Amino acid sequence: MRGPSVSNPAADGARGGILDREGALAKLMIAPAILYIVAMIGVPFVLAVLYSLSDATTGDPSIKLVGLRNFAAALADPVFRLSLWNTVFFTLASQCIVVLLSRLLATALLKTFRGKWLVRFLIMLPWTAPISLGTIGWLWMLDSIFSPIDWVLRYVGLLGVPGALLGAGTNLYYLGIPGLAISSIILVDVWRILPLATVIQLAGLSSIPKDLLEAAEVDGASPWRRTLMITIPLTLPITSIAFLFGVVFTFTDLVVVYVLTRGGPVHTTQVLSSWTFFKGIEGGDLAQGAAISLFMFPVLAAVAILILRMARRTEVV
Amino acid sequence: MGCVEIRALSKRFGEVRAVDHVDLATNEGEFLVLLGPSGCGKTTLLRMIAGIEEPTAGELVIDGRVVTHLPPRMRNIAMVFQSYALYPHMTVYKNIAFPLRARGVKKEAVRKKVEWAAGMFKIGRLLDRKPRELSGGERQRVALARAMVREPSVFLLDEPLSNLDALLRTSAREELRQFQRRMGVTTIYVTHDQVEAMGLGDRIVVMNQGKIRQIGTPMEIYQWPADTFVATFVGSPPMNLLDQGDTLLGFRPETFLPADAVEGSEGVVTYPFEVTYLEYLGAERLVYGNVGEKSHARHVVSRLPGSLILPMEAGKTYPFAVASRDLRRFDKKSGLCREGGPS
Amino acid sequence: MPNVRKLAGRGGLYALLGSFAFFGAFPFYWMVIATFKTDHDLFSPLNNPFLFNEPPTLDHLKLLIFDTHFLQYLLNTLWVGLAVVVITLVVAVPAAYSLARWARGWGEMLGIGIFLTYLVPPTILFIPLSRFTSFMGLQESLWSLILVYPTFTIPFCTWLLMGFFKTIPKDIEEQAMIDGLSRFGAMSKVVLPLSISGILTVVVFAFTLSMHEFIYALTFISVSMKKTVSIGVPTELVRGDVFQWGSLMAGALIASLPVAVVYTFFLDRFVAGFTMGAVK
Repeated sequence: MRGPSVSNPAADGARGGILDREGALAKLMIAPAILYIVAMIGVPFVLAVLYSLSDATTGDPSIKLVGLRNFAAALADPVFRLSLWNTVFFTLASQCIVVLLSRLLATALLKTFRGKWLVRFLIMLPWTAPISLGTIGWLWMLDSIFSPIDWVLRYVGLLGVPGALLGAGTNLYYLGIPGLAISSIILVDVWRILPLATVIQLAGLSSIPKDLLEAAEVDGASPWRRTLMITIPLTLPITSIAFLFGVVFTFTDLVVVYVLTRGGPVHTTQVLSSWTFFKGIEGGDLAQGAAISLFMFPVLAAVAILILRMARRTEVV
Repeated sequence: MGCVEIRALSKRFGEVRAVDHVDLATNEGEFLVLLGPSGCGKTTLLRMIAGIEEPTAGELVIDGRVVTHLPPRMRNIAMVFQSYALYPHMTVYKNIAFPLRARGVKKEAVRKKVEWAAGMFKIGRLLDRKPRELSGGERQRVALARAMVREPSVFLLDEPLSNLDALLRTSAREELRQFQRRMGVTTIYVTHDQVEAMGLGDRIVVMNQGKIRQIGTPMEIYQWPADTFVATFVGSPPMNLLDQGDTLLGFRPETFLPADAVEGSEGVVTYPFEVTYLEYLGAERLVYGNVGEKSHARHVVSRLPGSLILPMEAGKTYPFAVASRDLRRFDKKSGLCREGGPS
Repeated sequence: MPNVRKLAGRGGLYALLGSFAFFGAFPFYWMVIATFKTDHDLFSPLNNPFLFNEPPTLDHLKLLIFDTHFLQYLLNTLWVGLAVVVITLVVAVPAAYSLARWARGWGEMLGIGIFLTYLVPPTILFIPLSRFTSFMGLQESLWSLILVYPTFTIPFCTWLLMGFFKTIPKDIEEQAMIDGLSRFGAMSKVVLPLSISGILTVVVFAFTLSMHEFIYALTFISVSMKKTVSIGVPTELVRGDVFQWGSLMAGALIASLPVAVVYTFFLDRFVAGFTMGAVK
């Protein structure tokens, strides 16, 4: 019993076309991405290296190789050395704080409670809003005259009265005094990365199979022991990834420093990215700028390798 | 119609030979089963016939046309995957209509064919549902309807019953066989379940490690296994094998019975059988024990039909025997069977 | 006394979450207040900053919309965002599909390699790229951004989509090929319709990443009319040396919140991309 018949186009002698061939199609589909990345990331990177070895400026942008002169000049420059130190210090300080806080927050977010979506939204705001605009909010909070933080401090008597804990002045110059400026930058760095680190850690924590923890509980392990011997080792790769990404974003960041302090006061909050910008783009010294920025590269390469290692080390069961 | 010829077909993945120089030809309208353990190459072979896997060497001919390197859509074959691969975002109607629409068939003709196919598998009332709303059995029928709607010359199935629960599986097996007989389409069916293979196949192709070990009817495979692999893979419990110098002597558990019960006009071989363990399974009893001298005792299994009520106990020895005509001899080194086939 | 402990535990939890939520959101809460506070109220250091000591005003908003280029900035940002989304989709979708399906072994490596280019910072590339854009005659043009922004959207989105395509069973594509489509047909007619949510994710991220971008925009564009919201608000809402705080906050608020809301919905997918499939 057969149904109404249908013609079979395959009966004619046609062969498959390019839309059938796996190999050719695969290469064709990936080509634009590869071409773009090579052209817009690979080539500029090589150019950056060339610039760093030249004496190019915006006035005379031709590349004439002059050896490692720019790197030597950078290392001899106290502002550069300061920005190198700052970059490392700001990054490590802020990210160590972030790792601890995000772990705490992620643990809290594992629990169910009412209004979770609202809490999540608020906590994520520093990352989900454009970085420059969020930082603008902080600009006012840290203002030398109108800071609401100072207002509160004055209100509770910690500031503004003789003998007060934080001094008799009406304001703390968060962005004007080197020590405070540095702390402010670190604070905003923490503020910005915390949401991202938290969500990554949360993903890691929720991926631990419940059975493992329950078995440990049955075996008699206390909550501390369970955390120390099961949770922490199992989430170490994810926590490391969160840390490493935080490091990358803070290490290369220009926005926070530019918007809050422009690297001041007197370069005390200068970082590699901002110094590169001021020297290379605003100052027009392309060669110097390129050289300064390339100091970031070894750290980034090391971090990339670590991230790969961590990603490989992940699954458990 | 529906003749598939496989000539020296091979598939290598790096060093591994998944399919190793396979030669096979189907008979028109037959239900051919590819049987073997995991990794034996049966699924890879099926995929090469379908065209979703490229052979490394060899030739594939369907209905006289060399199709070795043609894409699947040009081979006039249909396939049902183990997961049924129903398009989750389409209704049952659209799923079944898909192969027709892909070939540019007009809407009216499509509707006729879809209704015909759906009627054949009694899923007409499900046409507006989405796959996720269907049971396992219903999904399987939709997959079959979709496969048949184009009336292919060859029908390929990759373990389509393994996702069904045991009860459903037996009834589905029966329906599948009946349907295939009615349609008369050459069918190639992959499974690792030898009971399924024996039940469904007109011929069975037993494969291991990329090679064909034997092709034959279920009876040929069972009664006259070509080598020790087939002998031990087909049949549960597997064929007993006794060491005899450079030969392995084989006999099926159901031929190994108490000496009184064995009727052998051509001769009988007796063995004292020391019982170690008994399993009562209702329709039959499985008796496990040893045969031979203490130093080189060999483990054998006997299958006693339920009708044989002879009481037996572990620890005791009983006289058992096998009829000579039920004995098979295999070369110890190569594993191949020594004598010919059925008389 | 388990109940007290539980209550204290709960209380502690809420306190903790409250503090973090406060810490994260406070600058934005501040933006809301500053937007509607009169200048007089805002600039009196003795006034309680958290309350409206004078009735709220819409002056800042009016200034922002009518007296500045803010709306132009929004339009510029929108235009750049959409163009970048299109480019990213056209390049990343086929690339991701190809890597997910058809490249055994080297596909995974290449995918990771592509993802890692996301980590090459703009501050290394911006000097050569600024020369490049002026060489192309694109300085002070939004096209310079449209050309350069895919350097971070393509790597990230390709990686994201790769993970996504891998979740679609191969069976379905193979079935489609047997049913009569070519490989390409199977991809476009069967796989893509099933990937709508992945594609939507890419659209959201490509757009929000473009919107957030600051460094390239700062470097390539200095003409006010051509600025995007990300650089326009911090650099242009200044008269002389004085920030127009009210309007500044208003601008920051308007540009931040909608993006943040949408981004939040897609955050889980973002993290999946970041953890590189480490967390399934």
